[in-house]
Amino acid sequence: MQPAHAPKHAAPRTEQIILFRCSSEIFAISSSSVQEVRSVDSLAGAETDITGSSVAKVRHAIRRNDKNIYVVNGAIHFGLRPSPASLIFLLRNLRVALLIDGIEKMSTMSRLQALPPAYCHEERHWYRGLTVLDQNVVPVVNPHGFLLQEELMLLDLVTGDADTPMAAAATTSQSGLVP
Amino acid sequence: MSWLEQSDTLSCVLLRLGERRFALAADQVAELVAPSRIFRFAHCTPEIDGVILRRGRVVPVCDVAEKLIGKKLIARRFYLIATRRQGTSFDWIALPVSGDCELIQADLTPPSATDSAHVGGWLSHAGEVIEVLNLAAITPGMISQESESETLQDATPEAQTC
Repeated sequence: MQPAHAPKHAAPRTEQIILFRCSSEIFAISSSSVQEVRSVDSLAGAETDITGSSVAKVRHAIRRNDKNIYVVNGAIHFGLRPSPASLIFLLRNLRVALLIDGIEKMSTMSRLQALPPAYCHEERHWYRGLTVLDQNVVPVVNPHGFLLQEELMLLDLVTGDADTPMAAAATTSQSGLVP
Repeated sequence: MSWLEQSDTLSCVLLRLGERRFALAADQVAELVAPSRIFRFAHCTPEIDGVILRRGRVVPVCDVAEKLIGKKLIARRFYLIATRRQGTSFDWIALPVSGDCELIQADLTPPSATDSAHVGGWLSHAGEVIEVLNLAAITPGMISQESESETLQDATPEAQTC
């Protein structure tokens, strides 16, 4: 006689997240979206200033692998009061780095709730959803929401990053508009 | 068919905002709860104060008093949690109210072309003419067919720290 096997239950899916601060507000980001965490000081001198851009939340770019990585000020992006940033998240597979005040802690979320439809403006791009941790509601940021394609194209044009296909597309588009 | 077209007599919940009373169709009301902690995070929808947690669900709080009576509520006695439906989807929204709510049956008069968008109809109760609220017109956001929650990512490679 075979021993009765306990029914197999799928383990609850979880996701590791980093809780970080921007202008005293707490946000979460999936740790899989963050490739590197650097201190602002460690990048001093390695960044290029960006002037004359209409994308106010980006003031600097970092050159890596012949591509510009644009540094987004998290506080300005979220419409918060600018605060002294100390860390930079370099986001995985994106040409975006995020300037933040600091890391609060690492945690694990087991449920991500959709942002309620009542939130109907830019925040729908900003967040993947909301999660509840220790009876607190924390917004989980969407790494793709920091810079829209058009903003990337504008920044590529300003910095002359013509090597990237994005910049080439933007240049073509612009040349079509300007006689 | 909307509740307006179904019947002239309607079950309504009367709610108080400051000195005025309004009505909401009873089938749009989920529950009445005591105020609880509001969680706030960065966003761009000015009508939304924040969210509350109710039965594990995140419910946005929308103070409709400013639109309806011209000023925000000083004292919030309850949150009336209402449901907004579109097709098979629905979501919840919490409306702060300043007094007790009452369930009534009343004859409904449809809105006229000159009424504001937030007026879903009129009813008469205890000598008072009361606006029946059109929730879709006074609360922001469209209900999409999005799934309730996103699937969590499988791989979570650790971030490299320097």
